[in-house]
Amino acid sequence: MAATTAAPAKGKRRAAGPLFVAPFMVLFLLLFLAPLGYAAYLSLFQERLIGGTAFVGLDNYVKAVQDPQLIHGVGRVALFFVIQVPVMLLLALLFALALDSGLLRLARVIRLGIFVPYAVPSVVAALMWGYLYGPDFGPFAQLSRDLDLPVPRFLSEGWMLGSLANIVTWEFVGYNMIILYAALRTIPTELYEAAAMDGAGAWRIAWSVKLPALKPALMLTLLFSVIGSFQLFNEPNLLMKVAPDVISSSYTANLYAYSLAFTGQQVNYAATVSFLLGLVIVIASYAILLTANRRRTP
Amino acid sequence: MTTTTAPPPGTTSTPVKGRKPATRGRRAPSSGRRSTPLTIAMLAALAYFLLPLFWLLIASTKSTQDLFNSFGLWFSDAPQLLANVKATFTQDDGVFVHWLLNTVMYAVVSSVGAALLAAAAGYGFAKFRFRGDRLGFNLVLGAVMVPTTALAIPTYLLFAEAGLVNTPWAIILPSLVNPFGLYLMRVYAQDAVPDSILEAARIDGAGEARIFFTIALRLLAPGLVTVLLFTLVATWNNYFLPLIMLNDPDLYPITVGLSSWAAQAQNGGAGSSSDMLALVVTGSLISILPLVVAFLLLQRYWQSGLAAGGVKQ
Repeated sequence: MAATTAAPAKGKRRAAGPLFVAPFMVLFLLLFLAPLGYAAYLSLFQERLIGGTAFVGLDNYVKAVQDPQLIHGVGRVALFFVIQVPVMLLLALLFALALDSGLLRLARVIRLGIFVPYAVPSVVAALMWGYLYGPDFGPFAQLSRDLDLPVPRFLSEGWMLGSLANIVTWEFVGYNMIILYAALRTIPTELYEAAAMDGAGAWRIAWSVKLPALKPALMLTLLFSVIGSFQLFNEPNLLMKVAPDVISSSYTANLYAYSLAFTGQQVNYAATVSFLLGLVIVIASYAILLTANRRRTP
Repeated sequence: MTTTTAPPPGTTSTPVKGRKPATRGRRAPSSGRRSTPLTIAMLAALAYFLLPLFWLLIASTKSTQDLFNSFGLWFSDAPQLLANVKATFTQDDGVFVHWLLNTVMYAVVSSVGAALLAAAAGYGFAKFRFRGDRLGFNLVLGAVMVPTTALAIPTYLLFAEAGLVNTPWAIILPSLVNPFGLYLMRVYAQDAVPDSILEAARIDGAGEARIFFTIALRLLAPGLVTVLLFTLVATWNNYFLPLIMLNDPDLYPITVGLSSWAAQAQNGGAGSSSDMLALVVTGSLISILPLVVAFLLLQRYWQSGLAAGGVKQ
C-alpha cells in the first residue's frame, strides 16, 4: 500500500521541483545573466567617428587597465575597504557580543537604535552627514567656533575618504551587528555550560566558543562588505555636490563607469569598466572565501 | 506565529524567540549581574547612531534661514514643522507626493514579488531533486557576489533597446531577482518545512501547488518576511538604478527626487529656491519614517529569519 502511493508521489515531486524554481530562474537569466553577457559583448566594440561601431577585441580592456582614472578609482575604494571594513566589522562584533552577554540594561532599545540607520536611505544618510559636516551651519563647526577651536574640515581633500567611511560605517554597523547577534543566539547553551565547567570566564568563552561559531556569519558580513565597498557610489555622488573640488567624476570606479555612460556617452567603454569592476569584486570575494576555507582546514 | 516554525530538535539554524528562555535560561541575568560601565559604553555608541537622526528631527522644524542661524542640535525660536511639511507636500504641484507614492509602489511590488519568487525557488531547491538543480543553485549563489551597480549599466542599455527605460518596469523588474533571498529561503525551507508534513499532505491527496500555498508558505513566513523586508529596504533606498533609468520627475522615487532638490538647494542660494534646504530636510525625515516603523513592527520576524542565513554557509 505504502509503496503504491509513494511511487506516483515521487514522480510528481520530480515534475514539481522545476516548476517552483522556474519563475525565479527565468527572470535570473533575463535580468542577471543577459546584462552580464551584454556587457561582455559591448566591451568588445568601440564607437569610431568614422565607420560607426567597430569590433576591437580586447582593446577596451587594454585601455582600461592602463587608465589612470580607473586605477585611482579602484585604488581609492580598495583603500576605503581596507580601513573602513575592519573598523565596521569589529564594532559590529563588539556590539553583538555585548548584546549577547546579557550584561546590558536597555538591551532591546540599544539593539534597535544601532540598527535603525540601516533603514535610512543612503541618499538621506549622505545628505544628513553632508549637512553635519558642513563648515557653515554644521553643528560640529558651530561648536568649534563657539569654543574658539579650529573648524574641522570634514569635506576637505585629506578628510573626505574618512568622512565617507564614517557615513558607510554609520549606515551598516547595525546591520552587521544584527547578523552576528542572530548567529550568536543560535549557539547551543551546552557549549557555554561545558566551557564554564572547564573554568572558562566570560572573555575566554567569547574568544574560544563564540568567535569560532561566528565564523560563517562573519564571512557573510565580510563578503557583503567587499561588494558594498567596491561599488561605492551613492555617498560620493551626493557629497560631490557639496565638495565638487574634492570629489571628481572618477572618484570611485563606479562613479567613473556612471559618468562614462551618462555624461561621456562612451557606452562601450562604460560596459568594459563595469564588467571589469564586477570581475574585481568576484575575484576579491573568492579570494576571501578561499583564504577562510584554507584556514579552517589547515 | 513563530512557534509554528520551531525547527525539529537538533537543528540550530532557526532561532525562535519563544524558545530562548527555555534553552538559555541560565543566561537571563538577574539585575545584579548587569554591568553599568558596559551599559554606559553602549549608550554612548547609541548616541552616535542616533545623533544624525536627532539632528534631522530638529532641523525639520526650522526654516532655511534658521538652519543657518541657529544651533544645529537644538530648536530655533520659531519652530515650524507643520509649515515645512506642508511646503514639502505642495512644492512643484505636489511632486513629493508623487515621489512618495512611486517609492511605495516600486518597493511594495518589488519586495512582494521578490519574496514570493525567492520562496518558491528556495522551496523548490530545498525540497525537490531534479536534473540540474545543483547547477542552477550554484549559478545563483555565485551571482550573490555580482554587484548590482555593475549590472545596472548593461541592464540600462538592454532596457533602452527594449523600450523599458523611463517606465516603472525599469525599476521593478531588476528588483525581482534577489539571489541572496533565494539562498536564505533555501536554507530556511530546509529546516522550517519538515518532509514528514509534506509527505502527509501528499498522502492526503493535496497537489504540490496547494501544499506550497497552504502549508509551506505559512511555515516559511519568518524567512519570507525577512526577504520581503530587506528587498523593501533595498528598493525603497535604491538610488543608482532609478537615477540612470528615469528622467521624468513624475516617475522618480523619493531618493532621486530628494537628491535633485538637494542639488537645487546647493546651487541657488537666493531667489525662488532659497527655502529649498528646509524642504530637503523635511522630505528626508518623511522618507525614513515608513521603513523605521516597518522594521520596528516586524522585528521578531526578520530577526529570526536573518539568523538562518547567518549561520549556515
